[in-house]
Amino acid sequence: MGISDMKSLCNGNTLGWGALILAFALVPALMTSQYQLNVACNVLIWALFATSFNMLWGVTGMLSFGQALYYGVGGYAIGLTVTYLGSQWYFAAFAAGLLFTLVLSFLLGLLVIRVGGVYYTMLTLAFGQLAWQIMFKMYDFTGGDDGLQGITLPGLLADKVYYYYFVMILVLVAVWVLKRMAYSPFGLILRGVRQNPNRVRFLGRRVRRNQLRIYVVASLFATVAGALMAGVDGSVHTDMFFWTTSGEVILMSVLGGISHFFGPFCGAVVIILIEDIVGAHTEYWSLLIGSIIMVMVIGFPRGLVGGALDVAAKVRAILQGEKHDDTTLTAGLGK
Amino acid sequence: MDFSFLLTQMVSGLTLATLLFLVASGLTLIFGVGNVFNFAHGSFYMLGAYLGYQVVTVWSLNFWFALLFAALGAGVFGALIECLVLRRIYGRANEGGFQILLTYCLILIIDDLVKLVWGAEYKSISRPAGFSGSLTVGDIAIPSYNLLIIAIGLVVVVASWWILNRTRPGKIARAAAVDREMLGALGINVPLTMTVVFGIATALGGLTGALAAPLRTVTPGAGIEVIIDSMIVVVMGGMGNFWGAWLGALLLGEVNAFAVAFVPEWATLFSFLVMVVVLIFKPEGLFAPRTTRKV
Repeated sequence: MGISDMKSLCNGNTLGWGALILAFALVPALMTSQYQLNVACNVLIWALFATSFNMLWGVTGMLSFGQALYYGVGGYAIGLTVTYLGSQWYFAAFAAGLLFTLVLSFLLGLLVIRVGGVYYTMLTLAFGQLAWQIMFKMYDFTGGDDGLQGITLPGLLADKVYYYYFVMILVLVAVWVLKRMAYSPFGLILRGVRQNPNRVRFLGRRVRRNQLRIYVVASLFATVAGALMAGVDGSVHTDMFFWTTSGEVILMSVLGGISHFFGPFCGAVVIILIEDIVGAHTEYWSLLIGSIIMVMVIGFPRGLVGGALDVAAKVRAILQGEKHDDTTLTAGLGK
Repeated sequence: MDFSFLLTQMVSGLTLATLLFLVASGLTLIFGVGNVFNFAHGSFYMLGAYLGYQVVTVWSLNFWFALLFAALGAGVFGALIECLVLRRIYGRANEGGFQILLTYCLILIIDDLVKLVWGAEYKSISRPAGFSGSLTVGDIAIPSYNLLIIAIGLVVVVASWWILNRTRPGKIARAAAVDREMLGALGINVPLTMTVVFGIATALGGLTGALAAPLRTVTPGAGIEVIIDSMIVVVMGGMGNFWGAWLGALLLGEVNAFAVAFVPEWATLFSFLVMVVVLIFKPEGLFAPRTTRKV
């Protein structure tokens, strides 16, 4: 009993989550400036956004180029409510943003999943850009290109450290929920949809209904990420809706490896940190980032997580290979 | 609403359509033949615009030489990129994603290289001698440079059709679109074919950039603006379909020209609305692709 308990406690999964929580929980203690806390918030939020996006792409095989739409909805739900009604409506705004996304993603989802492949990608891009244009043009209401500044948060959340922990808990819980979902029967059906939709139909499951479900779920989590981002700098900007925002989560996912659940998470961490470090040192940061990522892409065909697992597997094979040789040798001698 | 107004808008729409088609045809060629979605195609367009600026404004040479220089420069650069970078990811798992990632990196790199060489300020090119005025028929005035663009566009369309359908290199390119392995088995150098096709497509992009430069300002962000519109064109036409791209460009160009005339505030919305409507009613694009249906 005791031993099996210990074992289940010490298996890779629990250990991994423990390390993850510990690493992010220690950030405020180890940081030397407010700025680093901001970067850590960015890392967490982008990690959630990328992970939710990968539920669509890596798991279900639907490459959306318009998740920035729902990310922006989250940001502007907070931004507009707090600006026009005051910060006491913060949590109501959070819920309203989610509700809005629920309805919007359901309606748009009905439309966009009718088409497949590149056409799905382009249609999601088109709706994202439509939303961006509308937000951009409605200057009087949304602040247009200037965005909304001075978003204050209620109560304890106004404190940067408390807000960081708020972000951390929400993000880690959300990622945990998504992971449970990815490995649930529902997640298996989604994988089936990616690999062979016809077999899913033979099994008596509806392909489109499951695609619609995950589209709505991924969009809801993108909204959570956007809503959290509004509090980090106290500002939202129309760039949240722009297609490059959708592009960035694709970059993160590919870089980390889309066939691993934590791939996009790792990709987000690496990209945000690279952007931060490179951006601090040179004006030509996009040149450097582009070059660095290009080298990584050529060097790690299966993404960073895939590459790391390959190395780990090789090391294990070498270690086990030696052991294996020993046992066959002794077994042979015994006979 | 009088006739001359309609005609002027139509010509400006046709000009826009020609420019869009020239960029989109390169994108279509790369997708149709190489199955590569070149996200950085707009950057080659921008590079062409800057090369044209270099020749016309900095070296004060002939505009026609600038067109040639822009096409050659962008083409050689594109061929090099294919050879050195893109070739390494062919046949990888999730290749499509890696294509987007790599070509997205290219956008970042080319944008910054251009800024490094030419600076971030707006640049402009004057129209070539003989095409700065406008052609007047009765009370209708049409800028002669627009007519030049349309004429060049027509020449490129006819030439591309002829090369693709009536010559041996064209046949090889079409065969590569259908079955690369079999083409290799027949003794054709497939990697070289890919490089050449990529070079030609990016040269088209560069040429268009230089051609459009006198009408628009030359900025480091020009590539991004043009890539979205040309992607819309390519997708509306049916991926990899040459004539579909042409029809898509025509539709988008005219819709844009009239939207600018009637609702200038919301004109940019229309390109996306057109695509949404097309894809809802014809999910596979106006012309369903014949050879590349596997996406």
